[in-house]
Amino acid sequence: MVKEKRQIVVPGETIVSGKEFLPGDGAYRDGDDIVASRYGIANIFEKHVRVVPVSGAYYPRRGNTIIGTIVDITFNGWLIDFGGAQNAFLPVAEVPRYVNKNEMAEFLDFGESVIVKVWDVKSRGVDASMKMRGFGKIDGGMIIAIGPNKVPRVIGREGSMVKLIKGATGCDVTVGQNGKVWIHGKDTDSEVATRKIVEFIADNATIVGLTEKVEKFIKELGLKVDVEIVKEDTDKE
Amino acid sequence: MVKGIYTKRNDGRKMDEVRPMTAKVGIVPSADGSASFQTGKTKAIAVVRGPRTLHPQHLQNAQSGILRVNYGMMPFSVEDRIRPGPNRRSEEISKVTEWALNSVLDLSGFPNTVVDVFIQIPQADAGTRVAGINAAAMALAHAGLPMKQMVSAIGVGKIDKTLVVDLDKYEDSEFHDAEGSTDIPIVLTSRTKEIALLQLDGKISVPEFKMVIEMGKKACDDILKVQMDALKNVTGESNE
Repeated sequence: MVKEKRQIVVPGETIVSGKEFLPGDGAYRDGDDIVASRYGIANIFEKHVRVVPVSGAYYPRRGNTIIGTIVDITFNGWLIDFGGAQNAFLPVAEVPRYVNKNEMAEFLDFGESVIVKVWDVKSRGVDASMKMRGFGKIDGGMIIAIGPNKVPRVIGREGSMVKLIKGATGCDVTVGQNGKVWIHGKDTDSEVATRKIVEFIADNATIVGLTEKVEKFIKELGLKVDVEIVKEDTDKE
Repeated sequence: MVKGIYTKRNDGRKMDEVRPMTAKVGIVPSADGSASFQTGKTKAIAVVRGPRTLHPQHLQNAQSGILRVNYGMMPFSVEDRIRPGPNRRSEEISKVTEWALNSVLDLSGFPNTVVDVFIQIPQADAGTRVAGINAAAMALAHAGLPMKQMVSAIGVGKIDKTLVVDLDKYEDSEFHDAEGSTDIPIVLTSRTKEIALLQLDGKISVPEFKMVIEMGKKACDDILKVQMDALKNVTGESNE
């Protein structure tokens, strides 16, 4: 029997019973039962049971895009604070250009913001990389924090919401999975408008039919909804 | 059972009846997890922050994250003002709460970090430590931390010769017609029904003690239901 059901589960609650099911993230096996070990939405896909958290802190996963600030410079890399349990480490080798090890602050100094990719998640910390397109040092624009649980709504299905915002304001919007958003545009006015839209989405993240509401909100701001200008970028997963 | 002088409860409850409970999750937007729990006039707020890097470094555990609980009663929570800040009683309750919660929480995935739980009691009418534990368990779940199961807590007591569930302040400390009352806080895990915390203040016989545990287990089932409902009815109203 193939089951696909979504339900909110509480730790210790039996999600499903049966030897044929496999516990995934946020679930464990107790006898015949698959039990939730985390609070979230249970996702049963074929025989694989996992729990997707709906609240709480950000837990990095491989491949995530994160936005953080440099908090330390070591002899072979930088430490990035991204709001998680541990800091992310960005080695010199994972930077897209040659950096003189004696002058590392020339490239990235304390307090500067970066967009990086989570390369590896180990129990002891996170390794980051900057070597692909769309990642690098943040120069100009503004960073706003919306919280990691709102991120899926801001990105939208296959990046649709981000495209909508970009089309309306002409600003570049990069969403980090850790709940930080970088907005960069031609002028401050369009950046402020973009910020308003992103915050509107974050405030109404639980509403059904959010896209229509956002379109209405964009019109209220005196902007045009123009989905045509779709520049390919790296903000979606 | 021997009939004592305490045959009728002050607020008209049955002997094994808990006070009306309400619970809510996600009450503090800036926290990673938060919950409030109220039984009768006793209110508890729990806030979870973390996991985050623990400082000073010598307190870190390289094998697992650690849990830190801070319990405190607000100065206006009782009729006489309580001097704010830690005292012997609050330190003890912080510690036993930490032990009770540690038995279900699994922080092995977050070495060198700390999870802070702050429990505040804005209004007290006896049973604050169990209300605090109930709120803290919900807040930890709400923070998305890995837990094997939930915990529920209840206080069972003995007044004169009668066993009573969920004592209020009148029964706990103001009913002086009988010999000093006995108070037994019990913390029960939700799935395996194991006892995660058991304290005893006063005197009780072995057969009566066994009955106390049974009554406590029954009451914990009701509490668990309230906790689960609160967690399930947030309708994705996630915080931050």
